Amino acid sequence: MKLLLTSVEQGLIFGILAMGVFITYKILDMADLSVEGTFPFGAFLFAKFISLGINPILSTLLACLFGSLAGLLTTLLFTQLKIRPILAGILTMTILYSVNLKINGRSNIPLFDYDSVFDLGSTLLVLIIIALLVKVLLDLFLKTETGYLLIATGDNEALVKSLGENCNKYKLIGLMIANGLVALSGALMAQHQGFVDITMGASIIVVALASIIIGDTIKKKSSLLKSTTRVIIGAIIYKIIGGIAIDLGLNPDDLKAVNAFIVIAFIAYNNVALDLFKFNGKGGGVKNVTNTQPVQELQQRY
Amino acid sequence: MLRILNLSKSFNKGTENQVDIFTNFNLTIEKNKCTAIIGPNGCGKSTLLNLISGTFKADDGQILLNDKDISNLTEEKRALFIGRVHQDPSMGVSPTLTILENMSLADKKGEGFSLRRLVNKDRIPKYVELLKDLDLGLENKLNTQVKYLSGGQRQSLSLLMATMKFPDLLLLDEHTAALDPKTSHVVMMKTKELIEKYKMTTIFISHNMRDAIQYSDRVIMLDQGQVILDKASKELTEEELMDIYRRKLDEHLLH
Repeated sequence: MKLLLTSVEQGLIFGILAMGVFITYKILDMADLSVEGTFPFGAFLFAKFISLGINPILSTLLACLFGSLAGLLTTLLFTQLKIRPILAGILTMTILYSVNLKINGRSNIPLFDYDSVFDLGSTLLVLIIIALLVKVLLDLFLKTETGYLLIATGDNEALVKSLGENCNKYKLIGLMIANGLVALSGALMAQHQGFVDITMGASIIVVALASIIIGDTIKKKSSLLKSTTRVIIGAIIYKIIGGIAIDLGLNPDDLKAVNAFIVIAFIAYNNVALDLFKFNGKGGGVKNVTNTQPVQELQQRY
Repeated sequence: MLRILNLSKSFNKGTENQVDIFTNFNLTIEKNKCTAIIGPNGCGKSTLLNLISGTFKADDGQILLNDKDISNLTEEKRALFIGRVHQDPSMGVSPTLTILENMSLADKKGEGFSLRRLVNKDRIPKYVELLKDLDLGLENKLNTQVKYLSGGQRQSLSLLMATMKFPDLLLLDEHTAALDPKTSHVVMMKTKELIEKYKMTTIFISHNMRDAIQYSDRVIMLDQGQVILDKASKELTEEELMDIYRRKLDEHLLH
């Protein structure tokens, strides 16, 4: 039971991380690897602020705010210096590694002596409230004019230009929100586990992608704007799978490889197994589209 | 009115692969008229549209739209005055978004995008009316994602979105070339209706001689960055145009 509870709690934290990566990976169609640096960046920032005597809620919010600056740096690198986005993300991640070590002057900081947002009530309840708040705000944002232009930027830059808007502005907004959420997730993870460590960001992109891909698999028929819910559910399922694996005796050292295999398995299921075996009768093509009505109408017409 | 003055554009400048597309090119496009531009591949048709829309920056010269110099404006800034429909039906729409969301985006062009809710329910009757004019049944599919539409439906929607805010200039870049003949005809008819209804200044690129004569007021033929024919459409026949076109192609094959 404790394992399940911890998995759900960590799943909610990673759900916030995955919502951030969802913006870059699914909406902007970019692989932003800077999150591997931004996740511990949020944690180290929280450690710094809380050690300065700032209250935990404000420290968490400040970590989120400053974390978004990582998105600013990545965007500047690829829009102004024309560095490829994937390399821009790697460069930001590399810079953040040194920054993270500098923030507190140490690579590992215990936080057991400090207050945390989880002192406000039950850890699970606090996390549910934060994850839902982030989800609702993100959903509302994606329904605004700016939010739709963010989606359109990932979809078709020519359209955004034809509307008289600069795509780079929307990439900046997207990356800043994404990195802000990843840093928020890092700050929450630091409080949840009671310490900050320089390695806590390693392979975190795989966790985020796994959450998104699992979310995609379990609720294929949801529309784009409800993907935030799918991402959170995906993260929780992912953590439960990982928790069960460790409970069954898996060596924690092997966990990263297992994480990668989970991602491969779900992608393979999405890409190959569905087509090959037509599980649940969903074999792709017109049978597998979100909205079958227009396809049927088209079939009748032509 | 669009005036192009002493426009020059070269690609791969300063290298042995330098290609001079336009050198001191001049052209005037009359207001409220539809001008067709035809010519063999590589004559500079699409480059001209890209120079007007700001996708390419000219090496030299001026582009004046209604006496306003737009030469130094970015592509995004020019888009506030210029509507464009591309050859690829997916270029003018956002496939993930619904018809309603796409139209709502086009409806906000030039007004600035903020944190207000995009879809304004009060505007839906207006969109339905515009879609009904297309006569493709799209008014019943407002909540359908555009990726599920056919090429012709997408291109018609692109056309509607590009003309929704009545641009000072409409650029049609072989916008029916990727469609089958039947759909191409339907889209051309809708284009003609829209242009005539709203008296839009239009430049229309085509490889189809019949379309060029039938749907425009004036036909210009380009070859190697030069205007080699400039006539009112009603003074031209398809045969005459084909004849000139063939001769030009033969010349290219011989050289």
